Amino acid sequence: MIKPVSVAALPVAENFVIQKNRIENNAGPGTASKRVCVVTGTHGDELEGQYVCARLAKILSDGKHKLSGIVDIYPAVNPLGIDSVTRGFPMFDLDMNRIFPGSSSGSLAEVAAHDVIRDIDGADMCIDIHSSNIFLREVPQVRVSEQNESFLLQYAMMLNVDLVWIHASATVLEATLAHTLNMRGVKTLVVEMGVGMRITESYCSQLLDGILNLLRELGMWSGAGGQTRAPLVSKDHNVGFLNSDAGGIFIPRAVHGSHVNTGDSVGIVLDPLTGAIVEETLAPCSGLLFTLREYPVVFGGSLLARIMEDVKNG
Amino acid sequence: MVKDIIYSIKSPYRQSMDIVGYTFGSGERSCCVVGALRGNEIQQMAICAQLVDTLKRLEESGCVISGKSVMIIPCANNYSMNIGKRFWTMDNTDINRMFPGYDQGETTQRIADGLFKAIRDYVHGIQMASFYRDGDFLPHIKMMDTDYGKIETYESLSDFGLPYGLLRTPHPYDTTTLNYNWQVWGCRAYSLFSTYTDHIGKKSTQTAVNATLRFLIAKGILKWTLHRGMHTRILNEESIRTVKTGCAGMQKKHVTIGDEVAEGDILCEIVHPLEGNTISLITSPVDGTVFFAHNKQLVMEHTDMFSIVPFSNV
Repeated sequence: MIKPVSVAALPVAENFVIQKNRIENNAGPGTASKRVCVVTGTHGDELEGQYVCARLAKILSDGKHKLSGIVDIYPAVNPLGIDSVTRGFPMFDLDMNRIFPGSSSGSLAEVAAHDVIRDIDGADMCIDIHSSNIFLREVPQVRVSEQNESFLLQYAMMLNVDLVWIHASATVLEATLAHTLNMRGVKTLVVEMGVGMRITESYCSQLLDGILNLLRELGMWSGAGGQTRAPLVSKDHNVGFLNSDAGGIFIPRAVHGSHVNTGDSVGIVLDPLTGAIVEETLAPCSGLLFTLREYPVVFGGSLLARIMEDVKNG
Repeated sequence: MVKDIIYSIKSPYRQSMDIVGYTFGSGERSCCVVGALRGNEIQQMAICAQLVDTLKRLEESGCVISGKSVMIIPCANNYSMNIGKRFWTMDNTDINRMFPGYDQGETTQRIADGLFKAIRDYVHGIQMASFYRDGDFLPHIKMMDTDYGKIETYESLSDFGLPYGLLRTPHPYDTTTLNYNWQVWGCRAYSLFSTYTDHIGKKSTQTAVNATLRFLIAKGILKWTLHRGMHTRILNEESIRTVKTGCAGMQKKHVTIGDEVAEGDILCEIVHPLEGNTISLITSPVDGTVFFAHNKQLVMEHTDMFSIVPFSNV
């Protein structure tokens, strides 16, 4: 059932509407009376979650008799952004994922954030799907802050991702959707995968299998699902960042998602005027090349790649 | 006057972006003034440019106190300024959400880092700031009300001779701003808001220049004669009443900033955008002074239309 989550008037003959699709079966084969939310589209240029939501809605609707409980799907928390190829909330300066929990007396974006939180409140779990930005391609991964590791890691392991990155907490991240929900008792996993403005079908299918697996583990889904994998688990000190020091165009030399060895060439930066190689980026450690730059033009400082270092035994 | 390049960054397709600082006097790093961090903060750059011009003449007249120095940085985002874009040219990130910066990080993190290292040790810091809401303000001085702020710093708000001094309780997204990080570093930091952002108001420029010079005189950095300005009313930001619109349409304004209004006075009408009839009257909830006025003709539901400073604190 399609339901409005937040509605407000726009200036010229249109309403701003955030919608969700509620798929429920309270007389299902299981005993679960749980509610899981799948949320995406907070950043208008991140589209991987659109395909995941579409596929998930279809599978659960067609197989509703195999479902126990409620799955709420929110494909577009920032509908104006998605509709206008805009990362942020149009005509609002702040990143929408930095204004949660929002405010019932705030601006339109803040009221919308407030309405989304109010709607999700009380759910058992939430999966918040992001897809990097237009600059970087990411393997499917779950990001968990250190303070939430104890109660989230077991669920992150069920999502069929390649990597779980446990990162340090930062004050600025306290205004994200995920942090807000976790503080309110809704266990929320942040998924990053793919690249902005594109849909990577294989990654979406991988995550879809993971979501169905999670629902199965929660006792909410008795239908079929694909094989799931055990992800690598990493902390900040295992992640190597490769930033460009020069400006130019970046040409990758390593394959995204592959294993690289220390000293391998990850890519080169060329001067487009002379053709000279102004920088060659070498892997500082051996490990999984889980982030790789997608957008070719780089400045000094542009992130080129991230490597999750191999865990050393002994 | 000494002119230094305090940070420089190269682009593959443009000349290097040099952030220039102008220093007057020598010795103790007494006060640093930062202008535009965003590409549309033209008023903020113009205020600093006029300060450079004025301080050059004052220094030649021996008005800068021996052993004290002032640095003015009119613009730290020339690239965005030159293409008429508010945020960073490539990735649309906000330099004023990147402090204290990171020298191995992304481009805007590196800019913030390079800038901050050059200015963090000053005793006083003044940022010519703009706000994320579209609108015009009465000139005022603001500081973050943090554990790092000291009561004597609050009282220093009066040294600017502006009509209002505001204390702001920081939100999570404030923790990566220049003002907040200056305070963390031990600098007494202020944000000076002039009336406009993307165009230069002659009167408001002079007001901001005079306020800054007045502060330098009060702190014993400058020896010069300037009238004391206005009595400063210091209040918490929360005590200002925000007036929102409950419907959307075209705004027909009845008042402007600085007007004194009584409770119930009409502040603006909201007119139907297609049919021309008035659909709502926005009225003042209190007797007070119009402090902020939204300046867009088309308004969404929930838009902050006006802020009113009540005459009484009760």
